[in-house]
Amino acid sequence: MAESRTLDRRWLETAWSGFLWGLMIVFVINIGLMIGAVATSSFAKRWLGTWLPEGWTTTWYTSAWKEFQLDSVLWVTVEVVFAVVFLALLIGVPAAYALARRNFPGKRALVLLFLLPLMVPPITYGIPLATVLYQLHFAGHLTGVILANLIPAAPFVILVMTPFIEQIDPNLESAARVFGASTARMFWHVLVPLLAPGILAASLLVLVRTIAMFELTFLTAGPDSQTLVVALYYAVFAAGVRAPQSVDAMAMIYMVVTLTWLLIALRFVNPTQLVSRVKEHPRAA
Amino acid sequence: MTAVAAPLARAQFDRTLLLVLPGAAFMVLLFVYPFLYGLALSFNPPKGDAFENYRHFFTTDNLWPTIWTTLRLALPVTIINVFIALPIAFKMRVKSPYQRAITTVLVIPITLGTVLIAEGMLTYFGPKGWLSQFLQFFHLYGGPIHLTHNFTGVLLSLVVSGFPFAFLLILSYITGIDPALARAAATLGAPPAAQFRHIYLPLLAPGLAMCFCLAFVQAFSVFPSAVLLGSPAGPTRVISIAAYEAAFEQYDYSLASAIAMIMGFVQLIIVAAVLTLRNLFYRGPVVGGKG
Repeated sequence: MAESRTLDRRWLETAWSGFLWGLMIVFVINIGLMIGAVATSSFAKRWLGTWLPEGWTTTWYTSAWKEFQLDSVLWVTVEVVFAVVFLALLIGVPAAYALARRNFPGKRALVLLFLLPLMVPPITYGIPLATVLYQLHFAGHLTGVILANLIPAAPFVILVMTPFIEQIDPNLESAARVFGASTARMFWHVLVPLLAPGILAASLLVLVRTIAMFELTFLTAGPDSQTLVVALYYAVFAAGVRAPQSVDAMAMIYMVVTLTWLLIALRFVNPTQLVSRVKEHPRAA
Repeated sequence: MTAVAAPLARAQFDRTLLLVLPGAAFMVLLFVYPFLYGLALSFNPPKGDAFENYRHFFTTDNLWPTIWTTLRLALPVTIINVFIALPIAFKMRVKSPYQRAITTVLVIPITLGTVLIAEGMLTYFGPKGWLSQFLQFFHLYGGPIHLTHNFTGVLLSLVVSGFPFAFLLILSYITGIDPALARAAATLGAPPAAQFRHIYLPLLAPGLAMCFCLAFVQAFSVFPSAVLLGSPAGPTRVISIAAYEAAFEQYDYSLASAIAMIMGFVQLIIVAAVLTLRNLFYRGPVVGGKG
């Protein structure tokens, strides 16, 4: 009796485990095929309702490159992404340092202020922000796009860096002080080298997230300040007059850009870090 | 000596605190100020009294139903994502070569972004895509499949982009729970199911609530896939489309701000509801202690 119950249970566990694996495999296969379909289409001469296209060509890439002015779009993307990463680090790392090392009145409120932009959808604050930026004549240019993208980026750097700084022994700083280092020297010669892995991780995470950030860029970009993801949106949105392969070729270029950076990022960071920005900050809620 | 030094040190201004100023100033200027500006603007319509925008929203036939459209999409998606991700993350909690491989593969849809997923789905799930051909080839389903340009398409795209997010987030919470607790239960004869029910689930409650909120935020702000994969005039006319149209097609920033505020408010209600629900569960430390 007891034996058959254990057997039953074991069977159930195997079935359940098989079901979960099945689910995962279906999901991953479909994602793979989805990407594969775009890739196939981007190299297809003509592809209408068959398994594989009738012929292969690379002309869509050259035509997409010209049609969507991808050289300027890519350049804008590079400018925006690197400006955002640099400024986010500049704002975020010192703030994270202060938050990690000091207790002061109003600290909880400040942490909440930095958490909030990550907790509300970008569109909610993006629309009032775009309105303000348009009035100040920042929107429609690179400045506006960079400023808008900094809002989730800077808090993200703070949230990634604060636990990282907390685990660095404050005695090292005291030692530098004892030997008479000024704050700037201490920062540059002691903290920055120790923080380098954390800074690298934070900047790669911000980089990957900024490349994929659609809403804020979309709301603030003008015709000559579109990043790759927004240009891709307009290409898909205004499709119909264009061959779908041309849009797919552009999608492939976008994918290659993001995947390259993603693979670089994954060498240095744990995949869960890409999403779990609140892990080290269990809120008292 | 120290008794004298301590108050002196406290009286002196701590210059380290200055480091937080640029960040705080930045957030106030670019996050708090625009938000308050938008709030004020929403009560200041071009014509009519202060509540004109809100009255307009709740009496216009293509505006107020967008709340339900969005909720009808976002709530099921969030529930699907969180409750499929939970058992899978539980299964993956043990460090293994699989764990690293699976998490890496699952990161890809997150970073590809919603626009690319929408484009991929149009190609793959479309009436002439591979999936449709596959089903017809094996005579699993006769007619053309309708998975794009409708409600299902948007739902699927939100699962594709939202599931990995929920999975990674829950995984990071689960791996944060001390495995010694589960091992203790196992020595007392608890099978995995019982370990999950009595140890992991109560400890995960805060993480699950947070995950639900964040996954919901993502699904609630659906914009690109609702336009590209759905039918933005009909069943997937979500609230962000309404806000965007008001701002950048009618140039009525006042109404657009009002819609953005309503959006924030609805979302706040859901988040508050989830956190209230979460409070009904266990509260306490997630690491093993000594009694």
